Amino acid sequence: MLRRSVERMAARKSARQYWRSLAWQLAVVAAALLVMAWMAVNAVESLQRQHIASGFDFLNETAGFGILQTSVHYTEESSYGRVLLIGIINTIIVAVISIVLATVLGFLIGIGRLSMNWLVSKVCAAYVETLRNIPLLLQILFWYFGVLEALPYPRNSVRVGEGLFILNNRGLYLPLLQSESGAWLVWGALTIGVAAALALRSWAVRKQMATGVRPATTGMVFGILLGLPALALAATGIPFSLNWPHLDGLNFDGGLHIFPELAALAVALATYTAAYIAETVRAGLQSVSRGQREAAAALGLKPSLAVRLVLIPQAMRVIVPPLASEYLSITKNSSLAIAIGYPELVSVFAGTVLNQTGQAIEVITITMGVYLALSLLTSLLMNWYNSAQAMRGE
Amino acid sequence: MTTALRWTRANLFSTPGNAVLTSSIVLLFVWAVPPVIDWAFLRAVWTGTSRDACVGADVGACWPYIWARAGQIIYGFYPDGERWRVDIVYALGIAGTLWLTLPNIPRKWLGAALMIFAFPVAAYVLLLGGVFGLEAVPTLHWGGLLLTLVVAVVGIAASLPLGILLALGRRSELPVIRWFSVTFIEVWRGVPMITVLFMAANMLPLFLPESLDTDKLFRALVAIAIFNAAYMAEVVRGGLQAIPRGQEEAAKALGLGYWRRMTFVVLPQALKISIPGLVNNMVSMLKDTSLISVIGFLDLLGVIQAGNTDPEWASPNTALTGYLFLAIIYWAACFSLSRYSARLERNLNVGARP
Repeated sequence: MLRRSVERMAARKSARQYWRSLAWQLAVVAAALLVMAWMAVNAVESLQRQHIASGFDFLNETAGFGILQTSVHYTEESSYGRVLLIGIINTIIVAVISIVLATVLGFLIGIGRLSMNWLVSKVCAAYVETLRNIPLLLQILFWYFGVLEALPYPRNSVRVGEGLFILNNRGLYLPLLQSESGAWLVWGALTIGVAAALALRSWAVRKQMATGVRPATTGMVFGILLGLPALALAATGIPFSLNWPHLDGLNFDGGLHIFPELAALAVALATYTAAYIAETVRAGLQSVSRGQREAAAALGLKPSLAVRLVLIPQAMRVIVPPLASEYLSITKNSSLAIAIGYPELVSVFAGTVLNQTGQAIEVITITMGVYLALSLLTSLLMNWYNSAQAMRGE
Repeated sequence: MTTALRWTRANLFSTPGNAVLTSSIVLLFVWAVPPVIDWAFLRAVWTGTSRDACVGADVGACWPYIWARAGQIIYGFYPDGERWRVDIVYALGIAGTLWLTLPNIPRKWLGAALMIFAFPVAAYVLLLGGVFGLEAVPTLHWGGLLLTLVVAVVGIAASLPLGILLALGRRSELPVIRWFSVTFIEVWRGVPMITVLFMAANMLPLFLPESLDTDKLFRALVAIAIFNAAYMAEVVRGGLQAIPRGQEEAAKALGLGYWRRMTFVVLPQALKISIPGLVNNMVSMLKDTSLISVIGFLDLLGVIQAGNTDPEWASPNTALTGYLFLAIIYWAACFSLSRYSARLERNLNVGARP
């Protein structure tokens, strides 16, 4: 009797909870729909009142403005869609350059902070504490208006060699490697060489796992890696030439020209993010317990091998996930380029195109969508990496 | 003497590699530091009334530029006669902050209540005016340090409660609310802050009726609060996940409803663990206030950036001096905030885990 009444009470309570949770959720959905409908009505009215077109047809219209740095064909007659493409490409260019620089610098500083050398660890700590606590935008402006503007005019450029490295207030000039006909053969040979070397290595590792003896493959690996491209080079008669920058009137011409906007942005992003990466690396290295290194030493591993085989693989598990989010930060922070006029996505598309067309809703939705897609891609890659790297046998 | 020598040997010259590293760093310092000090202080100009004082081959930093701009840097374009109102707000803010942070001032609860409820009202009335016979000062005239602090403080104060709600929503058992929170958080975390500010400046007005003519600063503040709430939510979620399930189950067994369980049992513990992360977020927010200069506000960075191109002062040294000055200010504020967070972390014993 008592039992049945308790059961009935519990059932009534859970029924009440069920209805209450349903009510809450319905209320949220209804509120969201109402707000959206209200905003949509307002938007239709505003667009009519201000005579702003809607829809994505503007992507086919002529842009009519020039862009500083274009890696695909672009003229002033090109469409807004083309501008979008160039913006995305330029975002990726500056992001990749900054990511490479920031990773190298960040690992050096992170390892330096744990150095036994007092001066090295203090200098690295001071670097991190200084760079992290100053706004990135200020650092970008400092590099662009403060440092690069103070560089000499083209006539008095800082030069290394005749045209190996030329630095002036118009940017950085480097010799450019140009492929001629037949170059694809060399690139193909290089690709095959790398693939073969990787296959050889994995075969050696499997052999070592099975028999305990690692076959000597070093000679063969180098033979394939260098030999194949060398053969291809010889067969095609070196199908490359260097395009040297040269002074033409008041400016340099030819070669690889890195614009000051790109240089300032990449340097600022890399040095700023390196401070965060250094902290990540330090935390990762510190997360590996002392016993691991001692155990490696007890097994007779040399310190260099202990670092490579014991310390780094375990530290990387801790380092990689935050590292990926730092890379994502670099990509998002590259949008600060708008302050110095480097033509990436936000600067040319959400800036210039929005001003010209006035189609704020479409332009900003597309811009945000591109960044969201990049974020999503990164987290997918990270999930894949994590599942591949997760501790086995646990 | 010998101990110093021994220390040097052990810490700086223990191996040949270390000796090389130490010497090259010392050489780098000898090469780089004197010119910077020379430029910033020894060759610097300290007095003057225009750029004429700061041009020349042999001249360093242009400090009179900062003195001449001091009014704009501190008050923005607030009318001269009304600046006392800003001074009062600054003084109240400093007094309240000291009350809350210095350990030996009693009655923290009263200070907290005043800072949370009375200070915002007082600051709003004093700064905006238009009531009690105070002349109205539209936000258009705000700038410099005043604008930077308003954006930072309002942003932090608004994003924290919103972030807590989102974090609770993300862990809710109700699927609609959970998915709403997840989407909201991930969308804002996935886009750069600049695009959010652009949205507030260009896109939001289209979605509001013509009659609702919102202030541009107000729209930017809403955007900043929403954007940062997503980041706050993730920190709070980390704190929530660290609280053992038993805590909530025990509160449930005592018959407490959802909101009581959260306010009296779960959140007090979770927020305590989250403090270092929350302060880190606040440092980021303080740095990110500089982004509003991109959409045309003249905050601390905007005032200097505008001043650098003013023909009355423009010179290569002027710009660098402005940036150096700003760097020192931002650095001092952010560094002391993060030190304070480290101290809190120690005091709350968060670092010590069994």
